[in-house]
Amino acid sequence: MLLALASLDSSRLVHLSTVDFFIIVFYFVLVLAIGFYLKERSNTGEDFFMAGREMTAWIAGLSFLSANLGALELMGWAGAAYQYGILAAHWYWIGAIPAMLFLALVMMPFYYISKTHSVPGYLKLRFGEASRTLSSVSFALMTVLMSGINMYSMALVLKIVLGWNINFSILVSSATVAVYVSLGGLRSAIFNEVLQFILIWAGALLIPILGLIDAGGWSNLKTRIATNASSEYTHLWSTLGSSANNPMGIHWTGIVFGLGAIISFGYWTTDFLVVQRVLSAKDLRAAKMAPIIGAGFKMMVPFIVILPGLLALAVLPMKLTGEAQAIATGGHSYNEVLPLMLARYCGPGLLGLGITALIAGFMSGMAGNVSAFTTVWTYDIYRALIKKDATDQHYVSMGRWATVVGVIISVGTAYLVMDFKSIMDYVQALFSFFIAPLFGTVILGMLWKRATPAGGFWGLLAGTLSSIGMWAWVKIDPSALRYIALSPNARDMAENMYRALWSWIVCVLVTIVISLLTKPRSDAELNGLVYGITEIPTESYVTVFHRPWFWAALVGVLFVVVNVVFW
Amino acid sequence: MKTGGSLSIWFFIGISLLVNGVLICGSGVYEFFHPPQQPVVLYHLHANIWWGAILAAIGAAYCIYFAPGEGRV
Repeated sequence: MLLALASLDSSRLVHLSTVDFFIIVFYFVLVLAIGFYLKERSNTGEDFFMAGREMTAWIAGLSFLSANLGALELMGWAGAAYQYGILAAHWYWIGAIPAMLFLALVMMPFYYISKTHSVPGYLKLRFGEASRTLSSVSFALMTVLMSGINMYSMALVLKIVLGWNINFSILVSSATVAVYVSLGGLRSAIFNEVLQFILIWAGALLIPILGLIDAGGWSNLKTRIATNASSEYTHLWSTLGSSANNPMGIHWTGIVFGLGAIISFGYWTTDFLVVQRVLSAKDLRAAKMAPIIGAGFKMMVPFIVILPGLLALAVLPMKLTGEAQAIATGGHSYNEVLPLMLARYCGPGLLGLGITALIAGFMSGMAGNVSAFTTVWTYDIYRALIKKDATDQHYVSMGRWATVVGVIISVGTAYLVMDFKSIMDYVQALFSFFIAPLFGTVILGMLWKRATPAGGFWGLLAGTLSSIGMWAWVKIDPSALRYIALSPNARDMAENMYRALWSWIVCVLVTIVISLLTKPRSDAELNGLVYGITEIPTESYVTVFHRPWFWAALVGVLFVVVNVVFW
Repeated sequence: MKTGGSLSIWFFIGISLLVNGVLICGSGVYEFFHPPQQPVVLYHLHANIWWGAILAAIGAAYCIYFAPGEGRV
């Protein structure tokens, strides 16, 4: 294995020592050992697909956050911080914290009390089979394709950073994920996500610590960034009054309403990839605490992702550029910020741990996608549409096979992307088409008892089609961006924000209009699914310090403080 | 959380931190006595020694506290 790992390219960014290789190999051995160990605990459907619904708030919360904290996320946003400055932190703060707290306090009771096994499963209970089928087929397809894209991207990163062979990277990592998820199911995926979370912090925390020492502290860092780039790079809100005044070309309304209100809420409250982790909690209080714990840690992630990007602006001797220019000039791209900073400060051992953290992040993200795909395929597609009354053992067996097939499709997608790179843009866009409208459908379903099955289905379909329509409009005529993003200065990032906002509005309006024209379901049918009809269990039996709202309020106050401090 | 009645996830994390910490600290000590020709920036802080020691200490504590059969969650 060591020899295969060392099939190197002379242009690699970092050089690993023997101890670094041992640390990486040890990680692979450990995750496989966990998979084999957990096999005996994954014999029923509830065990395999829902991890037995016995996770503590801490395990579910860290896993909830970790499923999103993939290697591409880390490297991509560190690069974005170099490119756009501290504005990138919006994706960690306003783009996550309010939505996570909302999920915990408002939505989790309905997901949990309904005992659904998935988000499409909730749609079935609330709006009927048509809405579930639309959402589950699109989710399963997109999840497995996204997994392949992540796999290809990470293999490419390993080639650039370490000089590893792409085929070797794809083969080893996908086979490892297939083994431990098919053996241990969601429990195995969750265990490895928590392990990955700890490894990421252990491997990445030194970079900002040493970087701040290197830069001479925060004040000196700001001065050097102002000299090397612009003083705007260290302000979170004060430059968002006009799209022309900030490096991202976005107005504050796009950040607040597009990112903060729609994209973020859509992703964190309805994307089954993350919600599945919380559904595995052992009781309702743990299910409510899990996203709050996740939010607390999410607020700290910019310290190991955004800060290294800012530090790179101050301390790196070379100027990083976009991908195309980096290839043309033989320089380094924005996305190489984290590996460059790792190579700058980390000697033998530490480098191996940092690289292990990136690999763990990638594999964990892939395992998250595959385990969510497996559940939705088995329960919401196979059981609902193909074989309704098989035994529990049959569905577990189908889940194991679906895991392997999901990984194989991911590998196929990875190779497809290798030959047709534009597919990556299309699939990522496709994924975004469903998130914002799905949030509109789910939130109306939970909070408005008058929403009807027909309203839910047609609203979801109309929102999705409007999103696709706007995307196609800008593809055909790029100048249309000014209408969608409401500004002639808008750039790509702004398009995503506003497209999400408009498609959500279309979904909500169509759902409301059609619901008012069609017959609602009775209160008895909606018990356990809708606010105002469902009795939410009280938490008066625990002290204030054990109540979710107390910790949510604390995280909320910290959220306001960090936004004001970096205004 | 227990898994099958014996091993906690935190025990696995303890093993991971302990092994990685020992390897990192050990390579730092080796580097201390055999300085590299091209040292990393801030080499004089010997980050791998103290960071590896911290990881190993946390890992050892987790291994002991969440050892199989201790009945903790």
